[in-house]
Formats: sequence, C-alpha cells, structure tokens
Amino acid sequence: MPDLTSNTAGIVSPNPFWLASAPPANSGDQIMRAFDHGWGGAVWKTLGTPIQNVSSRFGAINHQNSRGIGFNNIELITDRPLEVNFKEIYEVKKRYPKHAVIASLMVETREEWKEMIQRSIDAGADGLELNFGCPHGMCERGMGSAVGQEPTVNERITSWAKEFSTIPVLVKLTPNVADIIPHGLAAQRGGADGVSLINTIKSIIGVDIDRMVVNPRVGTLSTNGGYCGAAVRPIALHMVAALSRAAEFKLPISGIGGVTNWRDAVEFVLLGSTSVQVCTEVMLRGYRIVEDMIEGLENYMVDKGFERLDDMVGKAVSSYSEWGNLDLNYETVAKIDADSCIGCNKCMVACHDGAHQCIFPPTDGSHVPVVDEDECVGCNLCKIVCPVEDCITMTEVENGYTFATWNDHIAGTKQLRPKKGAH
Amino acid sequence: MSQVSDERAEVVFEDFKAPYDKSHAVAEANRCLYCEDAPCVKACPTAINIPEFIRKIATDNVRGSAKTIFDSNILGMSCARVCPVEVLCVGDCVYNNMNQPPIQIGKLQRYSTDRAYEAGWEYYQAGEDTGKSVGLIGAGPASLAAAHELRRLGHACTIYEKRAVKGGLNTTGVAPYKMKADRSVAEVEWVLSIGGIDIQHGVELGADMSFTDLEAKHDAVFLGMGLGEDRFLKADGEDMDGVHGAVAFIEEFKLGAVSLDSVSSAIVVGGGNTAVDAVRELVGLGVSNVTLVYRGQEAGMSGYIHEWSAAKIEGVRSCFQTQPVGYVGNGSVTGLKCISLDESKQPIDGTEHTLDAQLVLLAIGQGKLGHLLGELDGVELTNGCVVVDDHGATGRRGVYAGGDCANGGKEVVNGAAEGKRAATAMHKYMMGE
Ligand SMILES: Cc1cc2nc3c(=O)[nH]c(=O)nc-3n(C[C@H](O)[C@H](O)[C@H](O)COP(=O)(O)OP(=O)(O)OC[C@H]3O[C@@H](n4cnc5c(N)ncnc54)[C@H](O)[C@@H]3O)c2cc1C
Ligand SMILES: Cc1cc2nc3c(=O)[nH]c(=O)nc-3n(C[C@H](O)[C@H](O)[C@H](O)COP(=O)(O)O)c2cc1C
Ligand code: SF4
Repeated sequence: MPDLTSNTAGIVSPNPFWLASAPPANSGDQIMRAFDHGWGGAVWKTLGTPIQNVSSRFGAINHQNSRGIGFNNIELITDRPLEVNFKEIYEVKKRYPKHAVIASLMVETREEWKEMIQRSIDAGADGLELNFGCPHGMCERGMGSAVGQEPTVNERITSWAKEFSTIPVLVKLTPNVADIIPHGLAAQRGGADGVSLINTIKSIIGVDIDRMVVNPRVGTLSTNGGYCGAAVRPIALHMVAALSRAAEFKLPISGIGGVTNWRDAVEFVLLGSTSVQVCTEVMLRGYRIVEDMIEGLENYMVDKGFERLDDMVGKAVSSYSEWGNLDLNYETVAKIDADSCIGCNKCMVACHDGAHQCIFPPTDGSHVPVVDEDECVGCNLCKIVCPVEDCITMTEVENGYTFATWNDHIAGTKQLRPKKGAH
Repeated sequence: MSQVSDERAEVVFEDFKAPYDKSHAVAEANRCLYCEDAPCVKACPTAINIPEFIRKIATDNVRGSAKTIFDSNILGMSCARVCPVEVLCVGDCVYNNMNQPPIQIGKLQRYSTDRAYEAGWEYYQAGEDTGKSVGLIGAGPASLAAAHELRRLGHACTIYEKRAVKGGLNTTGVAPYKMKADRSVAEVEWVLSIGGIDIQHGVELGADMSFTDLEAKHDAVFLGMGLGEDRFLKADGEDMDGVHGAVAFIEEFKLGAVSLDSVSSAIVVGGGNTAVDAVRELVGLGVSNVTLVYRGQEAGMSGYIHEWSAAKIEGVRSCFQTQPVGYVGNGSVTGLKCISLDESKQPIDGTEHTLDAQLVLLAIGQGKLGHLLGELDGVELTNGCVVVDDHGATGRRGVYAGGDCANGGKEVVNGAAEGKRAATAMHKYMMGE
C-alpha cells in the first residue's frame, strides 16, 4: 500500500484529508468522531472573541438533479467559550497524538494574537491557521478578508504570529482578490510556513422571489455570505495552481474548495497541495465520505505507481501555462460514434446555436447527426452536452503543421494552419 | 474441479434483469441519497454498507465499491443476481416513501462485483495458520461463506460435498434467468482462491462418513447441508414418467440437457417460490401451456408477488383452490386428477376434474436433513431443522450450523450471513476466547 502520510509545513498527518475550519470541526467530540472515520487532520473552527450567530445561516444551490452543488453561509467564527475550545483541543491531541490538529485564529490586536497563539500552543495544537479569509460579518469588523485583501496588513499580522509561535503557521487566503499571488507573497514575507486556500467567495446565494428577500433570510433582511462547495472548485484549483507555479512563491499549500471525493482531492494534490481540506461535502454527507477518499487515493497511487504522497504533489503544475505558449497547430475534430448515439440531437443544437454550425441532421435515414469535419473547430461543446459517455470523441487530426505558438507566430518563425470556422 | 457442461438446457435463458453499463450505473448511483443508518442496510441479512458501495460507484472507485460489498458478503456477486431485492434492500429504499422508483441496488451491486471479477482485484488473504481445522458439510452458500471467513482467521477448512458440483442450490437451483450454473461455479472458484479450503466431493455425511468420524477429525464442525429431497403427494401413479420433484427437475436442466419435445402442457403444483420459478422456467424452455396448480387462493401464495406477476405476463395460467388427488396415464403421465377446494381448503363434492399434462412438477416443499445427525447429545431439531443460537452454535460443543438446514429454507444471502456469523463464533470457540 502506498504511503499517504502528508506533511504541510511540518504539520504531519496520516493522510492528506483534513476537516476545514467550519462547523464539522466545531468541537472535540465531532473531531474525534471524524478521526475515527479516518480523517487525518482538522482545522478547528476559527477561535476568537466569541460572537453571536444569526438564524438562519446557510443557503444552497440546487441545480437540476443535484442538491447543494454550491453552498453559502453567513455564520461567524466560533460561538463557544474559548476555554472550552482550548480544553477540547488538549483532549483531542491527547487521545489522537498522530492526527493533526490546527488552531484557526482570528483576532484584532497584537496582544490578542499573542495570547491566542500561546493558548493554542499550550493546548497542544500542531499548527496555526490565520483566518484572513472570511468575507462576511467578520470583515465588517476589520478582520477576515479585510486583512486578507490588504497585503501589508496580511504581512504585518503574519509576522506577529511568527514572532509568537513555536509551531508552524499557515495563512488562510481569501479568494476575494483579483490576483492571488501578491497575497501569497505577503504571507511569505511575513514569514508564514505555508498557506491554505481558498476561503469562501463573497456571494448572494439567491433571492426568495415570493418574499423578495435575499437568502438565507434572517427575518426580513439578509447579507452577503461566503460561497463554497463543488461549484467553487475550479476557482480554488486555479488559485492553488497560480501560486504553485509562481517561481517566487515557495511555501507549501493546503488546498481547499469544493472537494467532494478522492478525484477532486487528487486534482488539488497534482496542482501542488500537500494536504486537502473539506467543509461543504462533509456538511452535506458526513464524515463517512473519507473512507472512499482514502481508498480512491490509494488505488490511484497504486495504478500510477506513486509510493508516497510527495511523489505526486504538483505533477500537473507545469502543464498550466500561458495561452501564448499553446500549440495553435494542434487540431482536433468531433467524431460521433454511430453505435452509441441515441439521437437526442443535443450536440446539433449546441453546435448550431453555441458554436460553429457544423453538426447537421443525418441524410442517410439514421438518427446520427453528421459532423462537418472541415468546419469543426474542435471546441468540445458537443462532447460536453452529449449524455452518452464516450459517444463523442475529440480526435486528433494529423494536419502536417508542426508545433507553433502565438509567440512563435508573432516572431514570424512558424507557419500556422489555416483557420477553421471563421467565415 | 467440477466444471459444468456446455450442454445445459439452461443456456437458452437470458438475464431477466439486464446488467448496467458504466454510464447507467453512475447515473443510478448518483440518484442514491446516501442515507445514514439506511433502511436498505437493515433489510440486508449481511448488512452490506449499501450507500457506501453505491457512492463509490459514483466516484469511480469501483474497486473500493466491490470491497465494501465483499467485506460484508463474500457471495456478493451471486447475491446481486439472485437476491429477492424487491422484498429486501430495494423494497426498503426510502424512495418508495417518496413514490419514486427505488434505487436498483441489485444491479449496482452486480456492476461493482462483475468489474471486480473481470479485473481480478484481490482483496483477501488467508490468516496466519492457527493449527486448527474445521469440517464443513455441503459446498453451498452457507459453508462457503463460513469457510472463507475461517480461512481469513487462519483455520484449515475441509468441505465434504456429496455432489460432484460446487455451490449448492446456488448452482443447481437458482432460476437461470437470474444466474446460470457456470457463474455460480465461477464464484465458488473465486471464493476458494483464498487458498486452503479443501473440497472433498462424493462424500455424503450419513452414508460415506459418520458424524462421529467427522467430529473426530476436526476441531469444530459446521453443518451447511441445506434441505432434503422434494416432497411428493404420495398419490397413486406418482412413479410414472413425467412426474418429478421440481427442485430435482431444475437441477437436471441446469446441469444437463432435458427433452421437452413431447410436452405441450405442463403443471407445477405448489404456491411457493420454487413453484413460481418452475413455471417461468418451463415457459422459457418452450412448453406452450404451463399451469400452476395451488390449493390456496392467489393472495395466499408464499411465492413473491413480483415473481408471480412476471410469470403471468409470460403467459403462465393458474388453477387456485385446486387440490391434486391422483395421476392419469399409462407409464407416462397424461393428466393430473384434481378436486376444487372451498375457501377453508375443504374439497367441494362433485368437482373432480382432470387437467392435461405430459409433465407434472411437484413444488410442495423439500424434506429436512436434521435426521442425518441421528440422536446426537446436545443437537436439537425442530421440524427437522437444526436449532442454533444467535451465533450459529448448536447445543453440542464445537458444532455449528447455518443456511437452509438451520433456517428451514430461506435465501442465499441468509446462508452467507449465517455462515459468516458461525465462522466468527467458531473462531472464538477454537481459540478459547
Ligand atoms: C428452486 C430454488 C430456487 C431458489 N432460488 C433462489 C433465488 O433466486 N435467490 C435466493 O437467494 N435463494 C434461492 N433459493 C434458496 C437458496 O438456494 C438457498 O437458500 C441456499 O442455497 C441455501 O444455502 P445452503 O448452503 O444452506 O444449502 P444448499 O445450497 O442447499 O447447499 C447444501 C449443499 O450440501 C450438500 N449436501 C447435502 N447433504 C449432504 C450430506 N449429507 N453430505 C454432504 N453434502 C451434503 C448438497 O449437495 C449441497 O451442495 C432457491 C432455492 C430453490 C430450491
Ligand atoms: C458554514 C461555514 C462556516 C465556515 N466557517 C469558517 C471559519 O470559521 N473559519 C474559516 O477559516 N473558514 C470557514 N469556512 C470556510 C471553509 O473552511 C472552507 O474554506 C470553504 O468552505 C471552502 O471549502 P468547501 O468548498 O469544502 O466548503 C466556513 C464555511 C462554511 C460553509
Ligand atoms: S440541521 Fe440541525 S441545527 Fe440545523 S436547522 Fe436542522 S435541526 Fe436545526
């Protein structure tokens, strides 16, 4: 069996699966149950000056047959007494010494940071996560994303934390920024040992159109929340990959955002995460999902010949390049497998209305639409809408042109194939 | 190796429930609500973690999905095909409470386990040798499940099987539109691949070996010999050609060729699952007029409604409240003499009649094999069934039982559950825990 041991900035856990700082990591009892299910670590629900929460707190997007593909919350940090939380951290670490317990912190003043960090260390936490990400409520009080959006503030508070901490410090970044790199670099300058991302994305999950009130409704009002769940994964993957490939950024990454199963986790690892945190999928389905995550990851590693988790970290990073480096002469066309086509014509309408008008009704009396390959630009849309797996394949065309990028073209060194579908 | 022949009459049957391809399996898996403390699990005698194995199909962790199944039920591949899921897991799916089609758990289980067999994924190893040995009677589902678990725990196993073929009724009895004999034999081979399970064919307890010998040879004994021969009406003419016990007849066409050319009308007597299987099988074998004769009312049949409904759709006729009293024929049967019964199953005078039939199958129950044990100290029998406690133990030290011989005749999945349960108890017993 491959070795799943994960090491993020010196925080070691038996596998890379951590509970993200959120309701599933709200109490010692919950976290111990999660560890019993197989979770390798947990980032405690953010600790700070206790707050008062509203009801209701969550909203979700149900799209067609899928419930909760996107999720949003307006809750704040922990509402439990700090001494209870610290006592429970101590208990959990005593009973689960090999599992990672990370204290997530969010306070305001230097003195408060100093005190919270010392109490976390005293409780036995393996690391700290500085919550510079919460985009609702706490930011109105100058914390959370209000910190994460200001590189100078981020750097300053990170350096305080490093000054007071003897255990690894992760900075949890907010995605509510135009470019993640300056923010990762700010944490790095502040001395952080690693970063975790993403926190939630500022959002309005929907509107109750009968009451004409934004959701989730708190009486007659609401507020913007933080968006997460499967729907945010592409945004999170991009931010993780952007940092991973930035040469000047050197810190390890704990990946978060929309992880629902082992495949999603593998994607984060391949883009450079050494651990993966999960919140929404656990909220929707429970701690038990980790069994499949561990098993799926192990099977994947066996199939691909990876012996240790580290062997696969970042394996896909170098494939994330600039548009200007892509091969303009690489050509694919759609091919429809007549045997598996069911005749729904979804590809045809998609191509006609949303792409390049090159799929046509059959003329041979069959129900199989015909691709005009001379016109097909190889965009993928038909394959995306096709309900039958592997019915449409994007097939490589041998067009006789060699690798040529836009940059080559501008430099005048390479010849480009004739454009298709550009009449 | 007891492979089955290719000349089996059963090969004409096609699967009543078609297998899923990947996209269909994934779509169905994604429909599963992933319930917690799920009613489907409670309805499964082997308590497979159904929501978990289904989720693993959705995440494309099919290897793990099959493991979840086998961890609870090593016969998960055949159970996927032969379990009456309509009255077990699928019947209890919460979608039924929403008036929506329940999840097709059996088909999903078949998807995962078939992939596991195809891919040859290996999951289990024999445990470290304990030096203990167990003798098991019968190579049916109950003994196989027990032996596999015992091997995982490191005990040597010898199965004594009177037949040449392995798998018990899973091989010789199950309707071929659910599973054919070769598939059952393939499952047995797969189970045996853990190594260290010796099957001695042609050894019949009570004939070739006494219980005393068996007990002397092993540290513990598991009884998994199933049920006995078909019961007969004991009416005149029963020895004519064309009159068979249904289970014996099913075994015949599942393992070999049968000729039904001269049969245009056939009757199956009984109202249980064997009767309902037999009528559908006769239709499938090409008999044009197949009639079920049952002395009770339709609503009182013990055969599953879903199977009986399918039989009716396939063209099976029925005579309810009808009691066979004798046979017509000269050497070969040509008809069944019957009398009609009233609602309290009393004969109605003047209603004697004869139904044409060149083939009569009796599906009115099977005998019990408890008597094979003779009068053994501590072993108690109730109606011929071996009495066991909640762990599968009889009242005699070291003697355990499970499957049909103990439960009186249930399903393959019960045999699998009871065999595994007894293995756990035998392990504790032998290790002095
Ligand atoms: C016609 C028919 C159809 C069925 N269809 C289904 C179905 O679709 N689905 C389902 O789940 N269940 C079905 N069942 C029930 C299922 O087959 C049994 O519940 C199951 O096989 C019981 O397993 P077992 O191991 O207890 O006994 P068996 O399967 O009966 O196995 C007992 C074995 O012991 C051997 N044996 C018997 N006596 C001796 C002896 N003295 N010495 C040595 N060996 C001996 C036998 O040859 C046999 O191989 C059906 C049963 C019948 C009769
Ligand atoms: C209800 C809820 C509460 C959360 N609370 C916190 C928190 O206290 N601290 C924090 O750093 N992140 C918090 N988050 C953000 C999550 O830790 C995580 O970064 C985000 O949800 C993305 O992961 P996901 O897609 O797996 O949910 C919260 C998220 C949710 C849904
Ligand atoms: S999930 Fe629990 S806490 Fe939340 S509304 Fe329902 S019952 Fe109340």
